[in-house]
Amino acid sequence: MTRYVIIGNSAAAVGCVEGIRQVDREGPITIISDEPHHTYSRPLISYLLEGKTDRVRMQYRGADFYEKNGVTPLLGKRAASIDPEKKSVTLTSGEKIPYDKLLVAAGSRPFLPPTEGQETVKKAFTFMDLDSALALEQALTPASRVLIVGAGLIGLKCAEGIARRVNTITVVDMADRILPSILDEAGSKLVQEHLEEKGLTFHLSDCVAKFEPDAAILKSGQRVPFDILVTAVGVRPNTSLIGDAGGQVRRGVVTDAFCRTSLPDVYAAGDCVESFDITTGQERVLALLPNAYMQGETAGIHMAGGEGKPYDRAIPMNAIGFFGLHIITAGSYQGEDVRMQKGKTYKRLFYQDDRLKGYILIGNVERAGIYTSLIREQTPLSSLDFDLICEKPQLMAFSKRARAKALSGAAG
Amino acid sequence: MKRIYVNEKWCLGCHLCEYYCAFANSGEDNMAKALKDVVIHPRIRIEQQGNVSFAVSCRHCEEPLCVKGCISGALTVQNGVISIDSEKCVGCYTCILSCPYGAIMPSDTGAVQKCELCTKNKEGEPACVKGCPNKAIVFEERGEVQ
Repeated sequence: MTRYVIIGNSAAAVGCVEGIRQVDREGPITIISDEPHHTYSRPLISYLLEGKTDRVRMQYRGADFYEKNGVTPLLGKRAASIDPEKKSVTLTSGEKIPYDKLLVAAGSRPFLPPTEGQETVKKAFTFMDLDSALALEQALTPASRVLIVGAGLIGLKCAEGIARRVNTITVVDMADRILPSILDEAGSKLVQEHLEEKGLTFHLSDCVAKFEPDAAILKSGQRVPFDILVTAVGVRPNTSLIGDAGGQVRRGVVTDAFCRTSLPDVYAAGDCVESFDITTGQERVLALLPNAYMQGETAGIHMAGGEGKPYDRAIPMNAIGFFGLHIITAGSYQGEDVRMQKGKTYKRLFYQDDRLKGYILIGNVERAGIYTSLIREQTPLSSLDFDLICEKPQLMAFSKRARAKALSGAAG
Repeated sequence: MKRIYVNEKWCLGCHLCEYYCAFANSGEDNMAKALKDVVIHPRIRIEQQGNVSFAVSCRHCEEPLCVKGCISGALTVQNGVISIDSEKCVGCYTCILSCPYGAIMPSDTGAVQKCELCTKNKEGEPACVKGCPNKAIVFEERGEVQ
């Protein structure tokens, strides 16, 4: 019987368990996680602080998940090293866990830029996992003046989550605009104005030069008084378990389309690995939950000896909203473009070589998945009615034959 | 498993499927009461252009990108039917980003909504199919993609 060990307990790990169990109902699975919690959804921590979910509802799988799937969870335990020769994982406690097939889904950790005076900040937090969110929540009061360093997805979701529970929120970022990883300039401006209407203050093209006990002195010379600091400038993939064991690591762990690392019988998935982005043809870390789940599932099927499909359709994609304004983006922003803006509704499509390469939708995001699918499947735009597909995502833009296949053929 | 299939050749573009869907999911006993002066949010939608029209609703895919990508675990497969737990859903719209058919949509409650083949309402089987006057929407077994 194959013994499976998974390091990690989030989306990639759950995907792996569900992948293994599609093929092998018997082999014992051990999950090792340094977090002491039942599997929960990391991206839901901002919704937790906002009161839109709670500890029970934010569980990523039901309370019987481990039992139902024959999983032994070792929670609150940290994997210290992997011995690929002896095929065992050593915990920080010294305990050794033998494996036949191993998945490393170790995720990522917040990057903390060294800043002068940071040791004087009494209430400093990150916003990555449940414990960091609960610690931040403990510190919040209606009088809190919160400084968030980082105007990316994590920093701004944090801002939304706590906005109604604090006095002021100031966001500082070195970039000249917010959400630079997913929006263009016009999109950033629109969303920034919306967030400013909700009371957020931004200092862009700026950074913290120095912390004083109750204020940050910015590079521009401005002084921002605060009593709570949240650092959200980015994350770093946790690659050291694989790297220290001699596996190939670049920015993230290097894997093939079945999520195999360069170490025998060791797989990796999720935020710690690099994926092949089909829209740019480059390997990059795509730290996205759907990507993590599907990599984990692909790995699980392969670990169990199943004839799974390779995971080779990864694309950057994000669905995110702030204070009721929804944003959906995917792909890469290259080639020619079409754009449309009306109030708080914005659309921009990018196309090149007869393929849709990327898109940005703000405000009206209905049926965005039709665009995502054109990118993922690399559908020739010449096979569609271009005017109709630019107008809105709709199956009417497809040929009669493609529509018939989609709506009356066997389910895919 | 039985699924909803549409044939655009027979679709009259009458939108009755949308009204039957909205009624079936309204929880009301009386159709007029459920729909009068109400802007409906059906889970099946007609696309129309010139003389072509057809209905689109969830295909209940064998490899559902919406379920695999759901960040909260609110979307699950229950006996082949892709089902939404509106208590768990936080309305992040990752499923709207993922669905190749555009068949998942926002609802009034903040959670998303989608066709669940009328398994959760008193109809028990798809109301759009029963209500289609021209058999352009059928509910039958056609096999799976291998």
